[in-house]
Parts: sequence; C-alpha cells; structure tokens
Amino acid sequence: MPYLMAGFPDLETSRAVGEACIDAGANLLELGVPFSDPLADGPVIHAAATEALRAGSTLHGVLRVCESLAEQVPVVLMVYANVVLAGGDGAFAERAAAAGAAGLIVPDLPHDEAAGIRESCDANGLALVPLAAPNTPPERLRAIAADARGFVYTVSVAGTTGERRELPPELRDTVERVRGAADVPVAVGFGISTADQARQVGEIADGVIVGSRVVRAAGEGGPDAVAEVVAELASAL
Amino acid sequence: MTDGLEQRFGPYGGRYVPETLIPALDELEAAWLEARDDPGFQLELSRLSRDYAGRPTPLYHAQRLSEEAGRDIYLKREDLLHTGAHKLNNALGQVLLAKRMGKTRIIAETGAGQHGVATATACALLDVECVVYMGTEDMRRQKPNVERMGLLGATVEPVDSGARTLKEAVSEAIRDWVANVGGTHYVIGSVVGPAPFPALVRDLQRVIGDEAREQFLDRTGRLPARVIACVGGGSNALGTFVAFVDDADVELVGVEAAGDGIDTGRHGAPLTTNARGVLHGSMSAVLQDEEGQILEAHSISAGLDYPGSGPEHAYLRDTGRASYLAVTDTEAVDAFRRTCRLEGIIPALESSHAIAWALANAGPGPDLVTLSGRGDKDLAEVLALG
Repeated sequence: MPYLMAGFPDLETSRAVGEACIDAGANLLELGVPFSDPLADGPVIHAAATEALRAGSTLHGVLRVCESLAEQVPVVLMVYANVVLAGGDGAFAERAAAAGAAGLIVPDLPHDEAAGIRESCDANGLALVPLAAPNTPPERLRAIAADARGFVYTVSVAGTTGERRELPPELRDTVERVRGAADVPVAVGFGISTADQARQVGEIADGVIVGSRVVRAAGEGGPDAVAEVVAELASAL
Repeated sequence: MTDGLEQRFGPYGGRYVPETLIPALDELEAAWLEARDDPGFQLELSRLSRDYAGRPTPLYHAQRLSEEAGRDIYLKREDLLHTGAHKLNNALGQVLLAKRMGKTRIIAETGAGQHGVATATACALLDVECVVYMGTEDMRRQKPNVERMGLLGATVEPVDSGARTLKEAVSEAIRDWVANVGGTHYVIGSVVGPAPFPALVRDLQRVIGDEAREQFLDRTGRLPARVIACVGGGSNALGTFVAFVDDADVELVGVEAAGDGIDTGRHGAPLTTNARGVLHGSMSAVLQDEEGQILEAHSISAGLDYPGSGPEHAYLRDTGRASYLAVTDTEAVDAFRRTCRLEGIIPALESSHAIAWALANAGPGPDLVTLSGRGDKDLAEVLALG
C-alpha cells in the first residue's frame, strides 16, 4: 500500500506517480492531502507537502487526482483534521466520496475527537480508518477497534513518518495486540522502506504501508523511480 | 478521566494530536491534578517563585502614563521577574512537575526566545537536560537569547521549515515529543496545544492575576474597571484574566497584534478576526485560508507573531466575557517609546500593545495593564526603525 503526496511535485506528476504505483502492483493507494503543518510527518513528507502547496495544489486538484486513480484501485485519503473541518466535515466527506475515495485517515484525530467526522464519513459511505500506536493502552485499543472502519492503521513506532534502518523489536507484539482487539484488517505503517522490512511486516499484518520511501522516489526520479520502488516492495510480499 | 481539568472550553480545545501522544497527555493531566493538590509541591514552587524568581512582582501606579491617559493606570510588573518576563512562572512549574514525573529530558519551543530562556533557566536550576526548538529566522532576530540559552546549558535546535519562526518551532517540538514520549516532557510556552496544556499553563500563570487582584484591592480599596493584557498564545492575559473572571464589573480586554493593519491581512489577530480551526493540537481561533491551510502571522513583536491563540480565550470571546482587539506595529512602537520616556521602563514590544490600547481608549479608570516582559530583547528591532 504505497503512500503518495497529491500535488507533489505537481498535480499532473502526482497522478502519474499514482498510475505507476498501480502498474507496479499496488492494490490500494494512500493519497496524501498536502497540509501546511503536518505534525505526524517526518521531513520527507513534510517537505513534499510544502512543495505541493507552493506549486499551487488545492483540494479541488487533489480530489481530481483521487478521482482518476480511484477508478482503478481503492484510494484512501490521508488528510489532517483542519483540512477536513475547514469547510465542515459533512461537506468534506461529501466531496471525497464524490471523488471516489474509499476512506479517510486523519493522523491528528485521536479516538476521542473522531465521533463527528466518523458520522459524516459513515453518512457518505467512507471508512474513517483509525490509528493505533505501540503505546496505546489495552482499554483504549478496544475502543478504537470497536469504532474502526476499513482497517486499523497501526503505527509501528512512536515517532513521525520516515524511513528507519530497523523495525522495532516489539512490532510483532503490537500487531498481535491490535489484531486481538479488531475485527477489521490490520495494516502497518511508519518506518517501512525496504523490501526486507516489507516482507517481515507482510508476514504479520494484512497490509504494509510505505510512505516516505515512495515520496522520496517521486521527488528524485518521478513515476519511473516510484514504479521501481513499488515493484520491488510488492515482489517481497 | 478525572474531573477538574478542562479538555474543552465550549467548542474549543481538545486533543488533535497523533494517537502516540494520548497516553502522555493523560499521564500529564493526572500528574498535574495530583501536584496541584500536593502541599509539598506547592510549597516548593512558591518558595522558588519567591526566593529565586522574585515573586510577588510589584503593582506599580504609573503616574505619568496615568496623566497622559487622563485616568489611573497600574502596571503589573512581570518585567521584573527573573529572566525578564512572565514565562518563568510556567517554565518553573512545568519543569518541577516533569521532575516529579521522572522525566529526564525537557524540550520546548521558542519564538522571541523568552520562553526558551525561561525553560533553559529552570532546567539549569533543576539539573535537567534541555533542548529548545527555534526557527532560524527567529535565531537571527534574537541572537542574544540564543546565546543566553547556550550559556544556561541548553541545546538550541534550529528549525528551517516554513517561515522558520514560532509556528514551525512548535510543530518540530511536538514531533520530537512524539518520538521520545517516554522520558521527555514538552514544556509548551503558552495556553495553547492539546489538553491539558491550556489549563495547566493557565493554572501556572494565574499567580499574575491572583497577586494583582489582591494588590489592587490593598492599594485602591477597589477593583480595576478594566484589565488589559496582550495576547499572542495568550498566557499572560489568561493568567491575569482568570482572577477577575467572576468579577462581573471588571472589563477584560485582550490586545492582539494588528501588524501592518487588520485590513492588510498581515497581522497576528485570530481572535479579533474570528477565524476557527485546529492548530498544534487544539481547536481555537486560528489564521487560515478557506481550505484550512494555516497562514503565517505578522507582527513586529515575535511573541505575538503566531497564527493561533489559546482555546480558553476563544471561549471567553464567544461568551462575551472578554473582548479582543488589535493594535498595529506602529501604535505599539509609539507606546514602547512613550513608556520609556514617561516611566523609565523599557517594555517588551508584546506588552507595548496592551499599553498602546490603554492609552488610546478612554474608560472610567482605573486600568490594570499586565506588563508581561521587559524590552531589552527588542532594542535592535526598535532602533532599526530610526
């Protein structure tokens, strides 16, 4: 499950990057909506968001990219809370659904704050995918899982998005805890960048999310470089 | 959750942060509720506040400003607190709390450098590692404060994203906290951020208002007609207001930065302009465009150069209990100069906004103005104007 930043380096290229991901074997795409202050993101995705906004990316443009990719594979939007709330969460959910999105991941929307946006998503047939962290206490994890739609996005490490040399040793345990609490599939993201890491995560989780590595490739070599990275990752799974 | 510490102020506040931080915020809230009611902790904090920081700070009847205004103006002299601003009230309290929680590393953000210096000071005193995030543009503008933090043993981490000022420094500090949440405490510098920070910082700053109210009654036998303070994030204002909120006859006035003028769009006045959004973990008044992208603020005063504001201020505004207005760079600099000449006090540019508003707006008097800090840090900025 590759993550790409819509509008980076520009809208048209990001659409081509999405196409390249699909051609290389991605069966679901996570499409980042650029935000000025992405708290959960490390330097690579942060810089890509800044660049996308500088290049004039708008929500309208992002949703056009979503529309074209969603005809081929399910697309989940990764979007910060303020972008969802700015024009009202109902209106946002309606627009996202009209653009063919399958769901939303809102990285700065913990369970306690999520009820309103989840309602709007439900009303528009969108899955509000919750996040769980390695340090999420058991009782809270049960509440998150009970309200999960689509899948549970399990954050592999305490930290922001970004490539890391090694997977945390407690990852298997984290994933098992989430799986034990959830009826929906479990995907793992943050810190996964190599084929070997993807294979290891693929053995314990239902989905493997790779973000910064893909975004870095998009910045360095465009769609061709992304195709290469995604194909390598896909072959490891 | 235990009750006693607000998560929300009306629709404002909340915790819009990554899931990883939620346990740390829960832990912080529980620790503060416990420490707040612990006489031992309170004794240690008040002892340090008195012997080390210099509390209580004086209430000063500003004779010549009063003559100029045609009504009595009293200044609450937070500029006389150790390190030169009210920021130390919060930093001392939070670093003490962090030690009590067993944290071994402190991080903070800073804009003008006052909160960074206050936190570095508290960390030196209490012997804890200290890392301060600061935008590279602010590091350039506030070089002496960068040097002060270095002398105090803190590490200043340059932040080079966005406009390279306070907003980015806060974001970077939060990212650090997400990655090091176990042993690190984030000393946020104002009544902003995810719950419980807005309530925690208010509790630590309310010493300003509690002292001022008692001093005012002692001195004049009455309460002020108006209480006036500048608002960036809003900690000196909220710390003052909170003591007067139940005094229905006391008008509360928060003064924001109008920068080049509200109409120009180049300002730092989210409360005045009625914007609502989520920034740095809480819902509040936030400068943003129609798609929810956060806008850069503009103010000559680095402490007011922030596109967000404390959620409790947004609530006080909506309920009509406090009003929020804005003063331009030019008006603030004029008040800065007049306060220097009339009173022999060099006020911080932030506080100069509050003084400017008090001078320009007639009222029945007497007025209480919180002089949140001293202006030595602003000399280069003001002198460059000629």
